[in-house]
Amino acid sequence: MQIILSNQSKEPLYEQIKNQVVSAILSGEMEEGKALPSIRQLAKDLHISVITTKRAYEELEKAGFIYSIVGKGSFVAEQNLDVIREKKLKVIEEQLGNVIRNSQEIGLSYEELQDIMKILYEE
Amino acid sequence: MEPVIEFTNVTKQFKGFAVENMDLQVNKGFVTGFIGANGAGKSTTIKLMMNLLRPDEGEVRVFGLDYATHEKAIKERIGFVYDGNVFYEGMNLKDIQRIVGPAYRHWDGALFRQYAEQFELPLNKAVKTFSKGMQMKASLALALSHQAELIIMDEPTAGLDPIFRRELLDLLQDIMLDGERTIFFSTHITSDLDRIADYIAFIKKGKLMFNQSIHEVAENYGLVRGSLELLDRDTEKLFVHVDRTASGFEALTSDVRKTEDVFGEAAVIERASLEDIMYFTNRSDVQHV
Repeated sequence: MQIILSNQSKEPLYEQIKNQVVSAILSGEMEEGKALPSIRQLAKDLHISVITTKRAYEELEKAGFIYSIVGKGSFVAEQNLDVIREKKLKVIEEQLGNVIRNSQEIGLSYEELQDIMKILYEE
Repeated sequence: MEPVIEFTNVTKQFKGFAVENMDLQVNKGFVTGFIGANGAGKSTTIKLMMNLLRPDEGEVRVFGLDYATHEKAIKERIGFVYDGNVFYEGMNLKDIQRIVGPAYRHWDGALFRQYAEQFELPLNKAVKTFSKGMQMKASLALALSHQAELIIMDEPTAGLDPIFRRELLDLLQDIMLDGERTIFFSTHITSDLDRIADYIAFIKKGKLMFNQSIHEVAENYGLVRGSLELLDRDTEKLFVHVDRTASGFEALTSDVRKTEDVFGEAAVIERASLEDIMYFTNRSDVQHV
């Protein structure tokens, strides 16, 4: 798993770590049961303080993405992928709704919209 | 959270200066950076920690033990890293090892040679011929070789070049990997702390202003800029200190959330660096905890 941090970003470092781990889990790159690097190892590798990686892991644990076993480390938790997928689909539907409304306002046809979508999707 | 160092209401008076009513806890397994202006009491605090000074009032406990009855046991477990060479200048590391080693119960000569190799320190050359960075490394190698659990450093990065500072920070992160060690170090170079510190303790004129995790510091403190019309008796209460110029004001707040509520989009609010916090707090005479 690769984690790339930006010091310039407004997003705090622990958020950046959390979001990148979540993406790795949702994309299937990090599978259920797979061990994450230890809090201290990750801090050293990223050149950041231990408390920052600790906070990222704590929040991932709270959100149910990982679990920790004392003395053993942290692991990717079993994900209810159907539920997550369902949530994502709902968000996509909402966003598409906005796109359609905006298209109708300027008289864009369904075919024209489809063309734009096709070009963007294939990029 | 397990405290390794615990100051309870510690006071130490000097002529014209005092460390007063200090309550300080240093957590096990973490790096605490100790900041403050020159003369704020950083070295005095460290001397109290090392029992080189005794408090007039209050109590200092290290590893849960008090110095009056357990001085030797405590010192066995502390590695004190000084700024510069504290050894007899003509000695080489082999001689120093022969003197320092027997003083510690847990001295590990093989480990010392291993660190000397890792840090690229010659054992047969007089320490006085070492650069400042090498002397620092020698001091650290000695501390690590008696398996110190608590490493106290007074200005370890002062006077070191940026390359060596980075090497030192890497090394400190290395020795923190097992989670058993604790580091407490004072510094002026706040960018070092941005990288490895978990907690920041800030002292001003002998008083501990705060000892917070870096998250608390980032969430509480903010730098605020805006036009002068925004300032009045009420809004100024939000600030630790305000600097005014003809083109607007710049101020430090220790309550970002409230400041955002009050000013909304009218002011620019950014994350305050440790330097900002030190600067503005030293300019103010308001005491806050």
